[in-house]
Amino acid sequence: MKSSISKESVYASVFGILAFACLFFLAGITLVLFKEGLPLFSKVSLWDFLSGTAWYPTHEDPEFGILSLLAGSLWVTAGAMLVCLPLGIGSALYINEIAGNTQKAVLKPLVELLAGIPSIVFGFFGMVVVAPFLQRLLHIPTGLCAFTASLILGIMAVPTVCSLSEDALSYVPASYREASLALGATRWETLIKVVLPAAGSGISTAAILGVSRVMGETMTVLMVSGGAAIIPYSFFQPVRPLTSTIAAEMGEAAVGTTHYQALFAIAVVLFTLTFIFNIAAEILSRRYRLKLGLQR
Amino acid sequence: MRRKICVPGAFRKPFERTYARRAGNVSVSAWYCRNKQAAQKAGFFLLFCCILATLLFLGSIVYFVFAGGSKVLTWGFLTQWPRNAMTEGGIFPALLGTFYLTLGAVTVALPLGLACAVYLCEYTPGSLALNAIRIGINNLAGVPSVVFGLFGLAVFVKFFGFGVSVLSGSLTLGILILPGIISASQEALMAVPNSLREASFALGATRWQTIKKIVIPQALPGILTGVILSIGRAAGETAPILFTAAAFYTRRYPQSPFSEVMALPYHIYALMTEGTHPRQQTVIAYGSALVLLILVLLISGTAVFIRQRQRSIYG
Repeated sequence: MKSSISKESVYASVFGILAFACLFFLAGITLVLFKEGLPLFSKVSLWDFLSGTAWYPTHEDPEFGILSLLAGSLWVTAGAMLVCLPLGIGSALYINEIAGNTQKAVLKPLVELLAGIPSIVFGFFGMVVVAPFLQRLLHIPTGLCAFTASLILGIMAVPTVCSLSEDALSYVPASYREASLALGATRWETLIKVVLPAAGSGISTAAILGVSRVMGETMTVLMVSGGAAIIPYSFFQPVRPLTSTIAAEMGEAAVGTTHYQALFAIAVVLFTLTFIFNIAAEILSRRYRLKLGLQR
Repeated sequence: MRRKICVPGAFRKPFERTYARRAGNVSVSAWYCRNKQAAQKAGFFLLFCCILATLLFLGSIVYFVFAGGSKVLTWGFLTQWPRNAMTEGGIFPALLGTFYLTLGAVTVALPLGLACAVYLCEYTPGSLALNAIRIGINNLAGVPSVVFGLFGLAVFVKFFGFGVSVLSGSLTLGILILPGIISASQEALMAVPNSLREASFALGATRWQTIKKIVIPQALPGILTGVILSIGRAAGETAPILFTAAAFYTRRYPQSPFSEVMALPYHIYALMTEGTHPRQQTVIAYGSALVLLILVLLISGTAVFIRQRQRSIYG
């Protein structure tokens, strides 16, 4: 008996130590980002960094203004959302509400499978197939622009948004639907007026996580967005989002230089943005579960 | 007569409106019914178009990669080294590199992640700290992969001095998939009914015995799904290994964990953006993309299969 108790406490402490090592790692990411990025602000003021439109990190008189990069990210993300929200939510509604059991058993795993396609394959596809095609179709100077990036990223995020919204829809209790149908509403009315409002905050969680995913996507935008650090005035201009700036320039930036710190500062900005999105998604999804009377 | 409608407050309005409208005269009501049917048809058709468009788009990606890649995909393509400045030959070293990096990442992340999930769910269940930690982990799962790459560069490559190497890359990828493994395992552990634990305790089993013999076997399919999906993710990620592990070309096989390595996803990127023969390189890139796609689809297909089987048993 004695030995089994001491063995128990050994196991407990081993698990505890591993768990805290894990959490330490994860907390470490945040610390390292801030430690490497914040020194920049002793040289460049936070306001200049966020509102400056000129990004010339390697000039003799370097300028570190990320507004044009931020604008690039926002354009691409906004465009991608126009593609992925209707498709993702529409597909989720179809799978959950209309498809029969057989269709559901095929479609749901299929979407999950397609969610696993690596981003580099999307980038490759965009570069080789979509960009030349759009260039010919729309007579634009280059196919590598915000529009192509939005399109590809939007399609890429559809499986994510679809799976998450589908989860949200499946939490809506069957009694809601039954009550609505019993009142004489058609299936479509039930869908639009009962199921969709009931799942609303769950679906917005999916949308927010979709935004967060699109904004953080690196390889695809690096390959198809064109890479010009200018504030875009149309969808058909090349842009340079935050993530692709880091990926493209980190190779050249020497450790400890202002450029290196600036790239880490961009990472801090990205981290903060995704943090805000994720917290918003968390709060919404908690409220959603409470509303539907689910515990977790 | 006004019947009381039992729907939660938020949804009461639409019901009342519909109810009031339908109380009108018969002809209006008939027109309204026809209209309703038409609306339903149109709406369902619209949703059908959504899923059709999604599958067409994603299917066309798979189709184009297959069509372009199948021309170069031979046994030799998989087993040979690149030749003539990347314009001929195969992708064997890149495949090998991806295998090493993925293996390394799983070796790092699996024990840590699983232990973390077990500790949080089984040893300190329901605590306030648990919730905070869960939110923190979910947050990290959403952090862009390039940010993980920066972390790897600052910590493993520079601070610990591992250099651009298999080791740095594996550790970076490991940390990238850690949040995913933790949250998937946590979900799986929390889904195990408490009654099973209580029954085991009632029979006199200790906590560790309960975890080992009851909880983990029950949660295994869920954990496995999460882990396999993470493997697929690690194999396909490019941004984290961009500055921590990958090289466009190495002359030899990696000699030790400290040598840099070619990797399949990075190989595709490099073929498209570097080098001097873009036309011939695109062909090789098609082949590489096809191999990567097949690899990742096989891996995530396994996970999806396990999950689906689980659903059909318990769902």
